[in-house]
Amino acid sequence: MSTTILFTIISLSAIGAGAAIILYFVAQKFKVYEDPRIDQVEEALPAANCGGCGYPGCRGFAEALVKADDISELYCPVGGNETMAAVAKILGKEVEAKEPLVAVVRCSGSQEHRKRVNQYDGASSCAISSSLYAGETDCQYGCLGLGDCVDACDFDAIYMDEKTGLPVVIDDNCTACGACVKACPNDIIELRKKNKKDRKIFVSCVNQDKGGIARKSCKVACIGCGKCVKVCPFDAITMENFLAYIDPNKCKLCRKCVTECPTGAILEINFPPRKVKEDTKDAKSEPKEALEKSENNSSTQKNKEG
Amino acid sequence: MNKLLTVSPSPHVYGDKTVKRLMFDVIIALLPALAFSIYFFGLGAIYVTLTAVVSCLAFEWLIQKYLLKQEPTISDGSAILTGLLLAFNVPTNLPVWIIIIGSLVAIGIGKMSFGGLGNNPFNPALVGRVFLLISFPVQMTSWPVPNGFNTGYTDAVTGATPLGVMKEGIDKGDAVSDIMGQIPSHMEMFYGHMGGSMGEIAALALLIGFAYLLIRKVITWHIPVSIIATITVFTGILWLINPEANADPVFHILTGGVLLGAIYMATDYVTSPMSVKGMWIYGIGIGVITVLIRVFGAYPEGVSFAILIMNAFVPLINIYLKPKRFGEEVNNG
Amino acid sequence: MLKTFAKGGVHPAESKYSASSVIENLPLPKTVSIPIAQHIGAPSKPVVQKGDKVKVGDIIAESAGFVSANIHSSVFGTVSKIDNVLDSTGYKKPCVIIDVEGDEWNENIEKLTDLKKEIGLTDKEIIQKINQSGIVGLGGATFPSHVKLSIPDGKKIDVLIINGVECEPYLTSDHRLMLEKSEEMLVGIQILMKALSVNRAIIGIENNKSDAIEHLSGLVKNYPGIEVQALKVKYPQGGEKQLIKALIKREVPSGGLPLDVGAVVHNVGTVFAVYEAVQKNKPLFERVVTVTGKSVKKPSNFMVRIGTPVNELIEAAGGLPEDTGKVISGGPMMGKALNALEAPVAKGTSGILILPEEMAKRKPESTCIRCAKCVSVCPQGLEPYLLNKLTQLEKNDMLEKNGVMDCIECGSCAFTCPAGLPLLDYIRLGKSRVSQIIRSRKQ
Repeated sequence: MSTTILFTIISLSAIGAGAAIILYFVAQKFKVYEDPRIDQVEEALPAANCGGCGYPGCRGFAEALVKADDISELYCPVGGNETMAAVAKILGKEVEAKEPLVAVVRCSGSQEHRKRVNQYDGASSCAISSSLYAGETDCQYGCLGLGDCVDACDFDAIYMDEKTGLPVVIDDNCTACGACVKACPNDIIELRKKNKKDRKIFVSCVNQDKGGIARKSCKVACIGCGKCVKVCPFDAITMENFLAYIDPNKCKLCRKCVTECPTGAILEINFPPRKVKEDTKDAKSEPKEALEKSENNSSTQKNKEG
Repeated sequence: MNKLLTVSPSPHVYGDKTVKRLMFDVIIALLPALAFSIYFFGLGAIYVTLTAVVSCLAFEWLIQKYLLKQEPTISDGSAILTGLLLAFNVPTNLPVWIIIIGSLVAIGIGKMSFGGLGNNPFNPALVGRVFLLISFPVQMTSWPVPNGFNTGYTDAVTGATPLGVMKEGIDKGDAVSDIMGQIPSHMEMFYGHMGGSMGEIAALALLIGFAYLLIRKVITWHIPVSIIATITVFTGILWLINPEANADPVFHILTGGVLLGAIYMATDYVTSPMSVKGMWIYGIGIGVITVLIRVFGAYPEGVSFAILIMNAFVPLINIYLKPKRFGEEVNNG
Repeated sequence: MLKTFAKGGVHPAESKYSASSVIENLPLPKTVSIPIAQHIGAPSKPVVQKGDKVKVGDIIAESAGFVSANIHSSVFGTVSKIDNVLDSTGYKKPCVIIDVEGDEWNENIEKLTDLKKEIGLTDKEIIQKINQSGIVGLGGATFPSHVKLSIPDGKKIDVLIINGVECEPYLTSDHRLMLEKSEEMLVGIQILMKALSVNRAIIGIENNKSDAIEHLSGLVKNYPGIEVQALKVKYPQGGEKQLIKALIKREVPSGGLPLDVGAVVHNVGTVFAVYEAVQKNKPLFERVVTVTGKSVKKPSNFMVRIGTPVNELIEAAGGLPEDTGKVISGGPMMGKALNALEAPVAKGTSGILILPEEMAKRKPESTCIRCAKCVSVCPQGLEPYLLNKLTQLEKNDMLEKNGVMDCIECGSCAFTCPAGLPLLDYIRLGKSRVSQIIRSRKQ
């Protein structure tokens, strides 16, 4: 072996060894002590870093979980009850199983039902359009169709239907993190209880105009007639500002309100088709009568809490 | 009125500048230089330019359509400009296959891999040029002697450029005044009668293009002036210290890629700073590094490297050298 | 060398089609819808109800705080309802709707239009009168004028600046006022000078109104303390910060107000309204509105009663052109596109601009090429490309650090951008997000 090679090996080894020793001492001196449980908890979390828990990323949530005495209020919507149970086991703390939720888009004002009365030519953002004016239709409450909700979703669980101009939620991918709810400037999307077989019953409208005005701007608007409130056997429906709302916790999915609604504002999703009885009038052919009823209602008619 | 009213946020009127118009203005500004180099180098200049432009367009179209699956944007003129500038940076006897490799690197690596127009940190034409220089040093440094349409293409007679002759001579220890006799005069260099890459030779043509760009408000004067001023001052100081071991500033300005680089390459929108303060520092940096490489470094030409090095600093420059805000100093209340 | 502001600015085509149209009184409409929120600050509280009879100049809504304004009826008639009407904000807002039944005025108003030069009120009484008369900034900002004139302790004002610049293309209402109501305006300036206790006033006028500059320069010889200054034509010369910088070379500090540099700025329309209020007891219920556009048959300047629907003005200017693409309330750089032509004229409506279809759509959008043209035209020294990107990435703390709250929303950046980027759309969004954060921080 020539002296050059020998010298090279010795000098480089010496440098390597010296650097390793320095690094070891520096690492020891500047070491940050962290509760090892934080790493364990972070391991159990789904690593989506979506912020649905309300904390900055999964690491932030792990720190909060370890620090908190009572973690029953903390919940990871992506991992769900399984993840929370695993975390509870690691930390020896208690959690309650929570109802799974899913995002629901409460507007049916598609191109077909809601006439366009002007053309928007600004930046493609619902936040920008809603701060500018009431939108391309006469309903200032409805979906603007520019996709801020789609941009906000980290889980590919929502997309814009080209034909209707409305967003569609893919229930299987939705983790109920709430990003789309926050993104919508008109508060159209709501996190509602996820039922068996993904069945849903909800008022697909957030229009607070008086019945006649609402119906003129959109054929399937809620006109505030109150028929659904009267027919619900479980007192699950309330009326405020000419708009009906179905409480997902009280609703038993009996579908009575759906047939009662004269404009078709209440939707039933993922139910089997019902047999049509020949002798009953189709409620959907009586919007005019219902309109008169809604004009007679006072503007803040609340249903009695059952 | 039958159609629906349009509603959008203000402003509701717009200026007439578009990306396409700006790109084509730069291409027009380069036409005098192209004309001069065809006059001096003949067919070689035409072949090189056509190959570079066509291959840049082709690569951009292919990459956008098939790799990135987007709508091709070759009509905005930026690929044509990259091709033209790449052609201007290489000798006119460069074989077609080398030019095509250069285009692929310039467009594919220099521009598309970063996200397309607007996202590249380095000047794509220079990325292509430097890649070729390092990969094919022999072909990239054999400069045809200008002989009009008798120059030929890959069979051209080659000779050294004035910059090359000066560098070798000084390294050998010859006196500058002796070397000056072996190279074209300042005036000849101004008109373009010298060896070099296509875009470097004709100072006059490049300056005509500069005037056009200023009038059309495509670029501002800050970057070119700061580069040229820095090089003048730096080489001037060296020359004053020892006029026999250092060439004069005018020589440095007229040879190599200083004018081409200062006016057309360093002012590339995407890779230059966004504020006037930043542009000055950028220009001074390019000037200093160019002179350092030319005088103390191994290469006779330093502009390409200098610009690429300063390109790397531009994000930092943009963070720290921001324009002066209105009402900034006073904030007592 | 004409004075101007040094930083930024653009040169949109002036298109002053209505510059030689004398101000006409628009015939009274059949109904008016007077919004109760036509100014910056708290919306006013209605003091009339359905069925009330009101005369021209009667108060119909009261100021709801210090930063608020009174609103007066602009017509004689009966209040038909107080309801939500689609107005120039783009949303349905509460308005007092009055059916017009004639033109009887409130007895206290002096209807004669002879020039009255004597100023009988003290400075405090003047400010009171301006407050009572519901006067707000008529340049478009609609800031309650009495608030601007109430100088807090510790601040000293030494100059009153009158904004006769009208830098927005197409608009000519201020131009015509300066030519036709010149002496009234000058008396109005004297009234404001008295209210502020200053003895120096400068009227800034852009050089494209050379007739107004000449005319006023001749008249101010009889009005000590008032001078006329011609300014280079550059947008946004009429922005108050840019105007102060051009005229007296002082820079309003970031986050500050003109009174921080000893100046107060008022628009010529406001000045004329002040004259009418103080000298003739006439509250603010009408204003000059320009109706213009390339295809408009009769570009005009109308004296319009507040609450008149916009389509009546368009009818009087020759009707809505066949090729209309966009109707704008205000000028083309900062005005608001209307989505309903029944929207009422409010105190801040300086003009109605009709753009033909070929001018109504934006340039196709491509990518930012980092040309820095937006940076070079921003009059506030900001970096619009950066503010745009930061808003899209929702980096609100960096937005604040980069001065997004200094943006005057002039639109020069979006005007210039070769890539057609909607810079101002996102910057405005960033501003609203940051201002919410700042507000919640203060609490």
